[in-house]
Amino acid sequence: MAIKRRSFLKLTGLALLGTAAGAAVENLLTRGEIKAQEYTYPPEALIGKRWAMVIDVKKCRKARNTCGAKCIEVCHSIHNVPSIPDKKKEIKWIWEDSFEHAFPEQADEHLKEIFKDVPFLLLCNQCDNPPCVRVCPTRATFKSKDGIVMMDFHRCIGCRFCMAACPFGARSFNWFDPRPYISKVNPEYPTRMKGVVEKCMFCYERLAQGKIPACVEACPEKALIFGDLEDPNSEVNKILKERVAIRRKAELGTRPSVFYLID
Amino acid sequence: MLEKALVGSKKYWLWVLFLLFIVFIGFLCYLYQFKVGLGITGMSRDVSWGFYIANFTFLVGVAASAVMVVLPYYWHDYKEFGKITILGEFLAVAAVTMCILFVFVDLGQPMRVLNVLRFLSPRSIMFYDVIVLSGYLILNLICGWTVLHAEYKGTKYPSWLKPIIYLAIVWAPSIHIVTAFLYQGLPGRHYWLTAIMAPKFLASAFSSGPALIVIIALLLKKVANFDPGKKAIDTLSKIITYAFILFVLFFLFEIFTAFYSGIHTHQASFKYLFFGMEGHAEWVPFMWTAAILAAIAIILLAIPPLRKNETTLALGCIAVFFSCWLEKGAGLIVGGYTPTPFETITPYRPTLPEIGITLGVWAFGFLIMTILYKIALEVKASKELVVKYEGVLYKK
Repeated sequence: MAIKRRSFLKLTGLALLGTAAGAAVENLLTRGEIKAQEYTYPPEALIGKRWAMVIDVKKCRKARNTCGAKCIEVCHSIHNVPSIPDKKKEIKWIWEDSFEHAFPEQADEHLKEIFKDVPFLLLCNQCDNPPCVRVCPTRATFKSKDGIVMMDFHRCIGCRFCMAACPFGARSFNWFDPRPYISKVNPEYPTRMKGVVEKCMFCYERLAQGKIPACVEACPEKALIFGDLEDPNSEVNKILKERVAIRRKAELGTRPSVFYLID
Repeated sequence: MLEKALVGSKKYWLWVLFLLFIVFIGFLCYLYQFKVGLGITGMSRDVSWGFYIANFTFLVGVAASAVMVVLPYYWHDYKEFGKITILGEFLAVAAVTMCILFVFVDLGQPMRVLNVLRFLSPRSIMFYDVIVLSGYLILNLICGWTVLHAEYKGTKYPSWLKPIIYLAIVWAPSIHIVTAFLYQGLPGRHYWLTAIMAPKFLASAFSSGPALIVIIALLLKKVANFDPGKKAIDTLSKIITYAFILFVLFFLFEIFTAFYSGIHTHQASFKYLFFGMEGHAEWVPFMWTAAILAAIAIILLAIPPLRKNETTLALGCIAVFFSCWLEKGAGLIVGGYTPTPFETITPYRPTLPEIGITLGVWAFGFLIMTILYKIALEVKASKELVVKYEGVLYKK
C-alpha cells in the first residue's frame, strides 16, 4: 500500500522530533563534563578586593611638559588601541581633558581658574556600582572579583546600551575595523573587531602577572597611584586619608574607584 | 486566507512593487553597513544611538497603541470598532516587526544577536524588552489572525481566544513602559532621567498610533472601498485628541521642572534642541516644526466641527503623527546624548545610507501591513455586499 501524504508527514515530523530530542538529551548529559572552571589567579598575580587609582593632578601637571603623556601612549600601544583621526569615531582608554569637562558640575569660575592648565587624566572609573554592567543584555561587561569592570569582546553584540548608561563617557565603540589604524600590533594582547565596545580594564592582564597597570608604571612623576581600596594599609588608602580627593559625578551613586587629588 | 494577498488590482501591485523597491535599496545599504561597520552612520562616540533606535522607540508606541481600538471593542463591547480592530492588531504586528528590525540593524555584531538568549540577563531592561516585544508580536498575530479566520469561515472566534485577547490588552502598555525604562533608569543622562518618561511615551503612543490608523482608514476608504464607519472614526479621533493634549502637557511639565528649578543640567538638552548651543543648532528647525505641528494638531482636533470634517481630521492626524515622530525621532535620542557627559556638543546627523536603511525598514513594515490589510479587507468585503455608485457607497 502506498504511503499516504498525511502519514508521511507525521512520520517525518516524529523522526525530526526524535532527532532533536536525542541531541538535546546528549547535550544535557555531556554538559557536566565540559563545564567551564572558575578562574584561578596564578601565584605571581596581584590580588585585591577593589582596585582603585588615585591621580595627583598637581604632580601630573608638573611632569606634563616633559613626560609626553607616556601613560596614554603606553596604554594605547600595549592594548592595541587604534589611533583614529576622526574625533567622532575615536577610541580611547585613557586621555586628558580640562577640569571643566572632567568635572562639569563643579566648574565654577574660581575652580576653573585654579585648574586652568591642569590636565585631568580620564579613564574608566571602574565603578563599584556600575550602571554599564547593569544594562548589558548579554553580561558581556561584568564586574570581576577584584572590582574591575571587565569587557568580553567576544560576547559583546554591539548594542551600545553600556555607552548610554556610562555617565563618564569612558566607553568607545569600534565603528570600523580598528586593525588598519594600529601602527604596531602587540601580539600579547588581542586586537578587536568592528562592532564591539571597549574601554580601560585596569590592566587586568598585567595584574595577573604581578605587574601594576601600565599607565601607573609609566608615569615618571609617580602621579598615578594604584592599590586596593579594601586594604586599609594600601598606599591609596593612606593617601586618601591625608589628602583631599574628589571623584567624578559622585552624586550619581556609581561609586567610582578613580580619585583625583586636588590639594 | 493568504491567497487573498496574491490577487489584486494593478494599483495594489504597483504599491507592493514600490515598497519592495525601497526595501531592496535599504537592503543594499544594510549590506554596505554590514561590511564596513556602523561607522557609515552619523553616530559617534558621544552620540552612540541615533536614527535606528529613535525609530524603534517611536514604533514601539505605534504598536502599543493598537490597544486603543482593541480595548474598547473587546473589553467594553464597543461594537463600532468592529471593523477597525483588525486594522489595529495588524498595525501592531507590522510595527513590532519594524521595531525588531531597527534593533537588529543597530547592532555592531548582528551575527551574535542570539547571545541575548544564550546569556539571559535579568538585570538588563533589554531582557524584558525582548520578552514583551516578542510576546506582543505573537499575541497580536494570534488574535488578529484567529478572529479574521473565524470571520472568513462565517463563525464566531473560538472561546479559547478570549483570555488571549485580554492578555494582549494588558500586555500592550507594558511594551512601551519597558521601552521607556530603557532610558529613564540611566544615571547621568538628564534628559532621560525623569519619571514622566513612561507616561509621556504612552500618551504620545496613544495619539500617534491611532492617528496613523485614522489616516490609513480614510485612505482605505478612498482606494479600497473600505468603510470604517463614521462613529468609529469619531470616537478614535476623540481618543487621539485627549492623548495628544496629555502628551503636550507632559512635555510642558518637563520644561517647567527644568526651568523653574533652575538646574542647568536639566535645561541643557532643551536649550540645545530648541535654540542651539555653542554654535550648534542642527535640530532647532526640526524641534520647532514639531512644536508648530503640535499647535496645528490641537487646533484641528480640539474644535469639534474641524475634528468631524474628514479633510481637517486627516490633516490633524498627519500633524499629530509627524509631531510625535519628530519628538521621538529627533528630540529624544539626540537630547539624551547632547550635551555629552563632558558638557560639550557633538553634533549628530544621520547619513544617506543610514536614512536608506531606515526607509527600508519602514517600507518592509508597510509591506507587511499592506499584505495583512489586504487579506483582512478582502475577507470583510466578501462578507458584505457593497456597491459604489456615483461615488457613494451602498451596503446590503
